[in-house]
Amino acid sequence: MSSNRGKGSAAGLAAFAAIIAAAPFLLPDYYQSVLIVAGLFAILSMGLNLLMGYAGQISLGHAAFYGLSAYASGILTTTFHWPVPAGIAAGVVLSGVTAALIGIPTLKLKGHYLAMGTLGFGVIVYIVFNEAVGLTAGPSGLTGIPRLSAFGKTFSTDREYYFVVWGTAFVLFVLARNLVRSRMGRALRAIHTSESAASVLGIDVARYKAFVFVLSAVYAGIAGALYAHFVTFVSPGSFSFHASIQIVTMVVLGGMASLWGAVAGAVFLTVLPEWLRAIEDYDILVYGAILVLTMRFLPGGLAEGAERARGTLVSAFRRKSPASAAAASGAEGRKP
Amino acid sequence: MLRVKNLQVFYGMIHALRSVSVHVKEKEIVALIGGNGAGKTTLLTAVSGLVRTTSGEVLLDGGDVTKEKADRIVRRGIAHVPEGRHVFKPLSVEDNLLLGAYHRFTWRTASVIRGEIEEIYTLFPVLGERRKQPAGTLSGGEQQMLVIGRALLSHPKVLLLDEPSMGLAPKVIREIFEHVARLRADRGMTILLVEQNARAALSIADRGYVLETGRIVLQGSSEELLANRDVQRAYLGREA
Ligand SMILES: Nc1ncnc2c1ncn2[C@@H]1O[C@H](COP(=O)(O)OP(=O)(O)O)[C@@H](O)[C@H]1O
Ligand SMILES: [Mg+2]
Repeated sequence: MSSNRGKGSAAGLAAFAAIIAAAPFLLPDYYQSVLIVAGLFAILSMGLNLLMGYAGQISLGHAAFYGLSAYASGILTTTFHWPVPAGIAAGVVLSGVTAALIGIPTLKLKGHYLAMGTLGFGVIVYIVFNEAVGLTAGPSGLTGIPRLSAFGKTFSTDREYYFVVWGTAFVLFVLARNLVRSRMGRALRAIHTSESAASVLGIDVARYKAFVFVLSAVYAGIAGALYAHFVTFVSPGSFSFHASIQIVTMVVLGGMASLWGAVAGAVFLTVLPEWLRAIEDYDILVYGAILVLTMRFLPGGLAEGAERARGTLVSAFRRKSPASAAAASGAEGRKP
Repeated sequence: MLRVKNLQVFYGMIHALRSVSVHVKEKEIVALIGGNGAGKTTLLTAVSGLVRTTSGEVLLDGGDVTKEKADRIVRRGIAHVPEGRHVFKPLSVEDNLLLGAYHRFTWRTASVIRGEIEEIYTLFPVLGERRKQPAGTLSGGEQQMLVIGRALLSHPKVLLLDEPSMGLAPKVIREIFEHVARLRADRGMTILLVEQNARAALSIADRGYVLETGRIVLQGSSEELLANRDVQRAYLGREA
């Protein structure tokens, strides 16, 4: 049974890699920059889903971790002429350390203190981006950030950068997947359901919540630094409360506790506004309507939709051969 | 084996436990009975480290565990099956059981633990039939078996059971209590059983304590308590 599941998911990963590899060759060039942004949001949503979907903790300030790393790497490479990889590393570390400073005290408490804490933190960071003009260049934004270059190679075209972003997203996906399937993943989901039951089984609840919060901030930091060296310009607007809510929406729409859902939610909500541009004045309206309808009919998000579609396909397939159809109905009959 | 001495617990201004002392000897089943709000759950949560105590001691095999955190206490050998069951509903039955062995799960012990889970399936065959199902789809009685099985996988010296009969039909309650009695008979388990259903609890226990508003007001063998007029009037629903 478990080896079966192993094979199935290895096939899923291979398909994911194949789609990543093929997409830029199948879509018009214009889509490459859209897909790069989608990839960055996929990284953000995966990280936030580890925190929200698996461990059940809410961050309402994830854009701040995204922004901290983007600004840190931007400033270090532009003002202080650090090499880009060093700037990225510093940005990611800054996001992670900041998350530890916020998470360790707040996550010792039960309840929604993390949501409150991150909400406030997001607002403060946004103000700092605007006001610390000497460092961040204020509301007008920091310009002239170098493109990513590493190992003597500059990733200057969108197609090259696409592979950097989605290659990173793929690696982070595999890491997250291994994590949620491990003993620690089970512990996180246990914490989500009942902290007291988790702790009497020997799970150090506060430590795990803090760890997964830091990890989700590290994911956000990676996305932020990659963002800065892609658009070569950062301004506070990209890291506002609105951006934090957008990441939460991607996680919820994609499906809580589903890494595929996180990727799907990010891609869907990045591409959708591009499609809706055609209907200019009504785009926000239609966007909202699509969100409401999806959550109304698929409360488990896009992941649930995919799961249901697969169920329908499988049973349609079984109906063709009577013997397996009987087996299927037998299995279903036992369920209730 | 387990000895609680002069334990006091406050929730803010509420004095929930007033110098409570109880003990459980090896391979004994001890019932702690009392009405709603008497402090039974508080006593178990204080023993397992979920609530802080103000004063008093909890000793396990003579070692002091009073100030330890909950996730350390289970490693010392106290397994707490909380009130309201707390199954991890979205997780499969099997993952719930694996979490029972959480603190000793490594790649080395994984296969041993898988074997122990099979033993739990022998003990509770219905869990084996549903091993891949989300635990939330189980009936109340099955969920109670699951949380007991989960607790056993932590290799406890003492099992603390908080109202296993809560919300279950009489027939299912009987089944659960038979299982509890067998845990002691077959596995030599030491059990502290908290119940409002005094008759069911005392029918399998060796001894019992009666807790009222945070105080132990009576203790004795199960026979003595079952024959006691005050106990009969207050907890066995029989007018004397
Ligand atoms: N978390 C809590 N905060 C404040 N008071 C509590 C809390 N838990 C229990 N109490 C109070 O402590 C007393 C004992 O409760 P409890 O231990 O749950 O009793 P029992 O399990 O015997 O029904 C009750 O008066 C209850 O209202
Ligand atoms: Mg209680």
